[in-house]
Amino acid sequence: MKGEYAKIAGFAAIALALLVLAPAVLSDFRLSLLGRFVCYAIVAVGIGLAWGRGGMLTLGQGVFFGLGAYVMAMHLKLSDAGPTGVPDFMKLYGSGVVPGWWEPFRNPVVTVLAIVLVPSLVAFGLGMAVFRRRVRGAYFAILSQALAAAFAILLIGQQATIGGTNGLNGFRSFFGFNLFDPVNKRMLFYIAAGTLLAMLLVVWQLYRSRYGELLVAVRDQEERVRFLGYDPANVKIVAYVVAAAMAGVAGALFVPIVGIISPAAVGVVPSIAFLIGVAIGGRSTLFGPALGAIAVAWAQTSLSESFPSFWIYFQGALFVLVVAFLPRGLSTVGSILTRRRESA
Amino acid sequence: MKSDYLELTDVRVTFDGFVAVDGVTMTVLQGDLRFLIGPNGAGKTTLVDAITGLVPATGSATFGRTELLNRKVHRIARLGVGRTFQTASVFEELTVLQNLDIAAGSGRGPLTMLRKRSSTPPEVEAALEVIGLTDLRDRQAGVLAHGQKQWLEIGMLLVQDSKVLLLDEPVAGMSAEERQQTGELLQRVGENCTVVVVEHDMDFMRSFATSVTVLHAGRVLSEGTVAQVQADPKVQEVYLGRAEVEA
Amino acid sequence: MEALIGQLFAGLSLGSVLLLAALGLSLTFGQMGVINMAHGEFMMAGAYTVFVVQGVVADAGLALVVSIPLGFLVGGLLGLLLEVLLIHRMYHRPLDTLLVTWGVALILQQVARDVFGAPNVDVKAPTWLSGGVDLGFTQVPAARLFILALSVAAVGALAVVLTRTSLGRRIRGVVQNRDLAETVGISTRDTDRLTFFIGSGLAGIAGVALTLLGSTGPTLGTNYIVDAFLVVVAGGIGQIKGTVIAAFGLGLMQATFEYSTTASLAKVAVFVVVVVFLQIRPQGIFSIRTRSLA
Repeated sequence: MKGEYAKIAGFAAIALALLVLAPAVLSDFRLSLLGRFVCYAIVAVGIGLAWGRGGMLTLGQGVFFGLGAYVMAMHLKLSDAGPTGVPDFMKLYGSGVVPGWWEPFRNPVVTVLAIVLVPSLVAFGLGMAVFRRRVRGAYFAILSQALAAAFAILLIGQQATIGGTNGLNGFRSFFGFNLFDPVNKRMLFYIAAGTLLAMLLVVWQLYRSRYGELLVAVRDQEERVRFLGYDPANVKIVAYVVAAAMAGVAGALFVPIVGIISPAAVGVVPSIAFLIGVAIGGRSTLFGPALGAIAVAWAQTSLSESFPSFWIYFQGALFVLVVAFLPRGLSTVGSILTRRRESA
Repeated sequence: MKSDYLELTDVRVTFDGFVAVDGVTMTVLQGDLRFLIGPNGAGKTTLVDAITGLVPATGSATFGRTELLNRKVHRIARLGVGRTFQTASVFEELTVLQNLDIAAGSGRGPLTMLRKRSSTPPEVEAALEVIGLTDLRDRQAGVLAHGQKQWLEIGMLLVQDSKVLLLDEPVAGMSAEERQQTGELLQRVGENCTVVVVEHDMDFMRSFATSVTVLHAGRVLSEGTVAQVQADPKVQEVYLGRAEVEA
Repeated sequence: MEALIGQLFAGLSLGSVLLLAALGLSLTFGQMGVINMAHGEFMMAGAYTVFVVQGVVADAGLALVVSIPLGFLVGGLLGLLLEVLLIHRMYHRPLDTLLVTWGVALILQQVARDVFGAPNVDVKAPTWLSGGVDLGFTQVPAARLFILALSVAAVGALAVVLTRTSLGRRIRGVVQNRDLAETVGISTRDTDRLTFFIGSGLAGIAGVALTLLGSTGPTLGTNYIVDAFLVVVAGGIGQIKGTVIAAFGLGLMQATFEYSTTASLAKVAVFVVVVVFLQIRPQGIFSIRTRSLA
């Protein structure tokens, strides 16, 4: 029960910091930057669920992030172009005709649904194919990475229909709101922060539920769970799909906040970079992944501006040191200390 | 309910040409506490693996007229066949209570799964009592003593509501007192279930078995009560004789 | 017909590159379950070895010949260092080695950028490898033929080591049953180190070969690592046979799909084929069957 109160306090602190403190002290530019980090944090929450609790080392979250982002970006391009208009880049590189598979995304409701459903369905399909056949561990990690590679290559090859290497950018409005207006930019931050808090509540409920306990059981002894009458594949697919949906939502929020989505943000390298914050924060903790992701993104922005080469060394060293020597991440250092004090 | 019994007919398991189980036929009635003994490599564990779906097998294994062989592992478990493993395999990071609750819950619907456990289910409470771990319910299973882990496994079988219990060396590494307790536990459980115990411990077998099947080189060598089996010259030759000399 | 043979050769050539890249990986992954993401950077180190040697030896042909054993040594020593410093602590956490070695890969890439500069460096191909070879019915690039021969030689050498030497027997013993190997007196520590040395050395040789095909730069390894891992997964662990078949299979498939669609769609198609293939054989083409629960 004591743990439960600590979690409530932790959640309240995060909510206060994001919704009250940050908007009060940060400039518009910094707040928008924090909005981007919050998007990464949403992805991280999902990774914490799939990897930390479910043991699925997913190296392809960029795919789901990208699916959500591109769906949103397509809608924004279409609505900027007007009811029957053609997005600018298509006139430049393509035939000047909107491809049929773009058309549904003119509709805002379809867009919002697709942001959640498209990544979920892809994850469900892959999950069915992989987990049901007991492909797991390293095999799953490698397949998920190959998926990220294939996805990025696919996008790069489609200059005329999806923007190729340039990606999609230059959005002017967001569901009717002018994206150049600072007030609307602040609103976007609140939406992102609110979404992160909502996602934290979702995983919190999952972790304290019976499903959460079962997921840990599957992570640690997948075969044993079978003999208790469960199909572990189903248990894993649920966590994987939820993680994918979270990444999709994060990608969709990323697009209006940052103003661009391109293959460089969804491939192998960014997909694996999502993991470092989760590892630092503590992969199986409730708040660790989100906080770790924000901290790492913050460090990257401050460090790589002034010392780009140093940042890469730093990031490499983080992977090595944290994963090799602190597999439970920094957030558990605190609890180890308290336990020491209690036992002393 | 005496009609529910485990019936094996000509069960055969082959690994790349090596015949591990070579046409085993046996029947275990409800209320029976059947011990499955035999020298190393006799095919005891493989037979259990085959019944529980871990390895593919030919022949037939039915329980209450339902065929068990070559179904998926979790389907067989849902048909009421539960097992334990030679090395205790509990979920070490979860508490005793959580372990039992998971074992009790394969029939739960999604809504129940997505909620927190509001109270301890009665069957879990009862199992905690039976295996004597009520006071340790919130202890992480990983830190339990070896014997306690084995009991937890048996407790998981109980809450799983298994009708057929297949136990692979349940008393290995237990003290004499723990063995006694485990044996009495199995006797109590066996009144309503069909229990098969794979065991090397002859003293334990003599104290608790109601019937014994001896496997040798994948085949049934002898079957009967403890006395009958002990008197069988074939058994004395390959197995019991040696064991008795040792004892 | 001409086009078909051209495609066939392109596939074989791509397959041989994949094979060189995946051979060492399959060895380290098979023996230790370690997923070495820095394998690509060991390839990069092999490629830069050629560049450095060319700075000393003017003749490109001689430089290449010298670079092959030297690249093996460079890659091997890097691998040995990695094993001794980090990986041997982590054998019980194979998935985590993936992330740790990814960190090492990032660092090695940045070292390459700081030492050799971020742009690609210029590596000259020997004149006897820059032309084409007339096979009677078609012309093929000499460099690609050389790589094909090199990969066949590497597979042959590895096969000899694994089947004919005591080291090979020990490696195979550890692959099949680590605990048992230890109890019968095989030093798994030494075997692990040697395996890692050889596997990483093969990456070095792959890097040397790649200088003949494309540009040599800090990200050379990243371009191949994902495909190489796909080969290992499709081939199944612990057997060279599977890696060879998977490498050429994937290479031929990629070339064929590219012929009928685009390069990017071909990549996606190959991925789909591998996933579908794993439906039929979840453990890859060849696998060692065991009785253990895991």
